[in-house]
Amino acid sequence: MTRYSIELAYLVATALFILSLHWMSDPKSARRGVFAGVAAMLLGVAATWAKPQILHHWWITIPILLAILPGIWLSLVPLTAVPQRTALSHAFGGLAAGLVGTAKYFYWIGHEPEMLTPFRMTAIIAEIILGYLTFTGSLVAAGKLQEVKWIPQRPWTYKGQVFVNLGAFGLAVLLGVVLLMAGPRNAESVLYPILFCVVIVLALNFGWMLVMPIGGADMPTVISILNSYAGLSAVAMGFVLDNKLLITAGALDGSSGLILSIIMCRAMNRSFTNVLFGAFGQVQAAKAGGEQKLYKAETIEGAAQILEQANLVVVVPGYGMAVAQAQHKVRELYDLLKKRGITVKFAIHPVAGRMPGHMNVLLAEAEIPYDDLVEMDAINGDMPQCDVCLVVGANDVVNPAARTDKTSPIYGMPIIDADKARAVFAIKRSKNPGFAGIDNELYFLDKTFMLFGDAKAVIGDLAKQLGGGGLH
Amino acid sequence: MDALISSLYVFVLATFLGFEVIRRVSPLLHTPLMSLTNAISAISLVGSIVILGEQKSTLTMVLGALAVTASTINVVSGFLITDRMLKMFKTKQGGPA
Repeated sequence: MTRYSIELAYLVATALFILSLHWMSDPKSARRGVFAGVAAMLLGVAATWAKPQILHHWWITIPILLAILPGIWLSLVPLTAVPQRTALSHAFGGLAAGLVGTAKYFYWIGHEPEMLTPFRMTAIIAEIILGYLTFTGSLVAAGKLQEVKWIPQRPWTYKGQVFVNLGAFGLAVLLGVVLLMAGPRNAESVLYPILFCVVIVLALNFGWMLVMPIGGADMPTVISILNSYAGLSAVAMGFVLDNKLLITAGALDGSSGLILSIIMCRAMNRSFTNVLFGAFGQVQAAKAGGEQKLYKAETIEGAAQILEQANLVVVVPGYGMAVAQAQHKVRELYDLLKKRGITVKFAIHPVAGRMPGHMNVLLAEAEIPYDDLVEMDAINGDMPQCDVCLVVGANDVVNPAARTDKTSPIYGMPIIDADKARAVFAIKRSKNPGFAGIDNELYFLDKTFMLFGDAKAVIGDLAKQLGGGGLH
Repeated sequence: MDALISSLYVFVLATFLGFEVIRRVSPLLHTPLMSLTNAISAISLVGSIVILGEQKSTLTMVLGALAVTASTINVVSGFLITDRMLKMFKTKQGGPA
């Protein structure tokens, strides 16, 4: 194929990628977006494969065939595991970019040092730093989300951590600048390739050190930031290889990650630096000897009776619903309430769960129509008319302290106004007041009733009660 | 130098375009959006194929083969899981979206 027809194929693939994302704007056309994406990918790969400098086709076929099965396996994970699958795929994306940058560098210093212009070196350095830090950072994020034993769930912090992290990153950039200033002279001394390897090691270390101090509640932001880095490393690869398809596709991914990070940060009223260096979600020092507040517990029977009388029920799902795998029981309850003519809506906070949109996917899996999934800003106006607000495994996103308590770490965060509902039912696993994290004032309001137990069991019992069968 | 400038143009324009297109995606679909953009940026497969297929040295081939494997896993799992999730989003009528 001539150079022009290859470039033309790339151009068509680029247009298809843009259309693919455009169609994602509406659930009705979203699946078309996937097909456009697949078509673009096939076109891009086919055009590349047809390049005259591609010599040995078997060598390409073998790793592709080897990767198909793990790929299919990773696409079949339970939907509660989607956040860790996503983190893992950012890791693969970063790794691919890092490896390609490394390969190009060593090839060029060995054979064509004149190719190492300061510009190409800048792109290579950006590619390997971004690629390798995304690789280890995303692996740690995936490990935390999967709750792997030897990676602590809680933020892992020590004194001076920020300086160590920034120091590692600063040093990597500094050495990178030395390498790019050297340009073609990289081939003249063995010192430069050694420095190059040092940069790789620093980037690999910076990645995991960056994510270790970050706790579960911040994962939606971290995943989005890593998403953006993975995209930018693909852009850098495009600059290294002078490939515009890589540049556009990477830029689309990068801007998507950036937009999602901004949305997540706004939804927590925090800044990027605060997320990355703030070690949020640490166990807070218990407020000195605070008075023992009391929960009011409610029985399943009592709760079911109140639910039956309601006109509008708003369910606020959170990460606890995912952990307990309660979404299918929630759907049963939803059906039973609907059958009685009760309006049921779901209030979705942008940072509920462990990645952007996590709750929507789980509820869609349970076949709850998406017209009943309402964003925070759209539902808050209706909360005073809400008869019962049922909180399923959500915590910070309904904590009124975000509006009132200036000393609270979540002060200023936009929340779902659960406390404005006429009555609140909150499902909580244990009565233990020494709950790790932030005290939730919502639980101690006069109108709040606690339902203690596992979310799946409690919702299941409520459904049984409403179904008329009683508990036994 | 010309190649550099035109590449920078493409990068800047694609970033702005990405912003405009992705801002319009409903928060409802943010999870599938992320897995779709994952799959799209796995276009790094193209770069990996070039590195591997040129067969310039043993090192580039080994690194290239690893990169092709990592990218292909992302292509396959990214598109498949996006479609799997999108199939689940239904309206009240119960029919497919």
